[in-house]
Amino acid sequence: MSVYGVLFYALGGLMLAATTLAVTSRSLVHAVVYLVNAFFATGLLFYLLGAPLLAAFEIIIYAGAIMVLFLFIVMLTRQDKPLAGGVSLMRWLLPGLTSLVSLAAGTALVFSGGATGVPLAPAMASPRDLGRALFSRWWLGVEIVSFLLLVALVGALYLGRAPREGAAAGKSPGDAP
Amino acid sequence: MSLWLAGLALLLVKIGLVLFVVLTGAAYLVLAERKLLARFQLRLGPNRAGPLGIWQPLADALKLLMKEDTVPAGADRPLFLAAPAMSAATAMLIFAVVPFGDSLTIAGRPVPLVVADVSVGLLFVLALSSIGVYGVVLGGWASNSSFSLLGAIRGGAQMISYELPLALSLAPVVMLAGSFSLVDIVSAQAGCPFIVKQPAAFLIFCVSALAESKRLPFDLPEAENELMAGYHTEYSGMRFGLYFVGEYVNMIALGCLVAVFFLGGWRGPLLPPFVWLMLKAALVPLVLIWVRATLPRLRFDQLMHSSWKVLTPLALANILVTGGLMAALG
Repeated sequence: MSVYGVLFYALGGLMLAATTLAVTSRSLVHAVVYLVNAFFATGLLFYLLGAPLLAAFEIIIYAGAIMVLFLFIVMLTRQDKPLAGGVSLMRWLLPGLTSLVSLAAGTALVFSGGATGVPLAPAMASPRDLGRALFSRWWLGVEIVSFLLLVALVGALYLGRAPREGAAAGKSPGDAP
Repeated sequence: MSLWLAGLALLLVKIGLVLFVVLTGAAYLVLAERKLLARFQLRLGPNRAGPLGIWQPLADALKLLMKEDTVPAGADRPLFLAAPAMSAATAMLIFAVVPFGDSLTIAGRPVPLVVADVSVGLLFVLALSSIGVYGVVLGGWASNSSFSLLGAIRGGAQMISYELPLALSLAPVVMLAGSFSLVDIVSAQAGCPFIVKQPAAFLIFCVSALAESKRLPFDLPEAENELMAGYHTEYSGMRFGLYFVGEYVNMIALGCLVAVFFLGGWRGPLLPPFVWLMLKAALVPLVLIWVRATLPRLRFDQLMHSSWKVLTPLALANILVTGGLMAALG
């Protein structure tokens, strides 16, 4: 196995371990930290596969911005206590079944031969090429996603707006006096 | 194989040199700050350790290393111990992509004077500055103290808010240089530094970077007269020292970034490139110290207002104008 192969499996193992710990961790803050580690591993994996721009965005957006907001909410609500009792068997049933099915399908896919034995050709997507491909070939998808984000933004604005009557009580901390 | 080993040795030598220069610079920046602040306030400043107090940083470092390293009861031990390192490491890693000069020729081979010329160097810097938030937020949370938690929440909100104008202000620089690599950005300024073409971006970057560094007038996360010391209230000894090192290394890093993005990097007449870079990089820390001695602290709503309602729209408008002009002038 080449150095790249070793790194690939090491990063994959790290991602699996970190996400497992994130799901099973009893403390919410620890779960967020494990998830950040998983995003780091994902970013490194992108870099290893020749996509430095994606790697940088993975770290900036997911590890650097979204997870900080998660942490922010966890810290503001101070709900850092594990749920009492645990979860009933019925609620485990459906997620357990779907996980089993996807695990079986993934295993079958890996061992069914196909293209899994072919080594990946070394490739390098420069920021310029990636941007060109994204905005010329996949422009429709980009536009749809950005429209979705706009809708989400308008929704957040609607939910977070100050109430019309008796505005003093519902003032958000970001508002100017 | 021997070439590979030589490359590794060269890399280690480069990293060692850069860290030595940066950490020494940070230590003496602390002395410079104490001296200058004293002068601004008609005092003398530290002047006992050696002539003019030049051994003061060594004495300070020794003191911090010898102090007891305490962990408060009820703290989240692993996160409490790791958080200061996140703060310091992210600041130091920025120097991995800063070019210190043109390439040298050693034994017939060109040796670039940069630790790593990453094709997405500018995004690497932004990623590090967004990761630096964790040092503040996790350190404050893990301390299990209300002062620390409040400081951490303020720090998180402030750093997230100012990352946006920081990144947007650099978009015109990338548009003009046509590359994310810091080496290419410096070479694109061979004719004229970007501060001439992009004065608005320069100002937005400086203000956002000042807020990102959490120093006065943006020091709400550690506002000492309301929060004791904010997110690092519970830290002692060298772990507190690491936060300190992180802050001052960050100031030097900001100086280097301003020099690379707007002042032409290591370019300049007569003097060697490294000296030019250091001269340009020293400007920002000196201005930061001056600002600290001059301006009072902002209120939190003013802080948020200036980021979301002033700097971000300005940066967006700047991108539009730059793009329009570039399209019009071909």
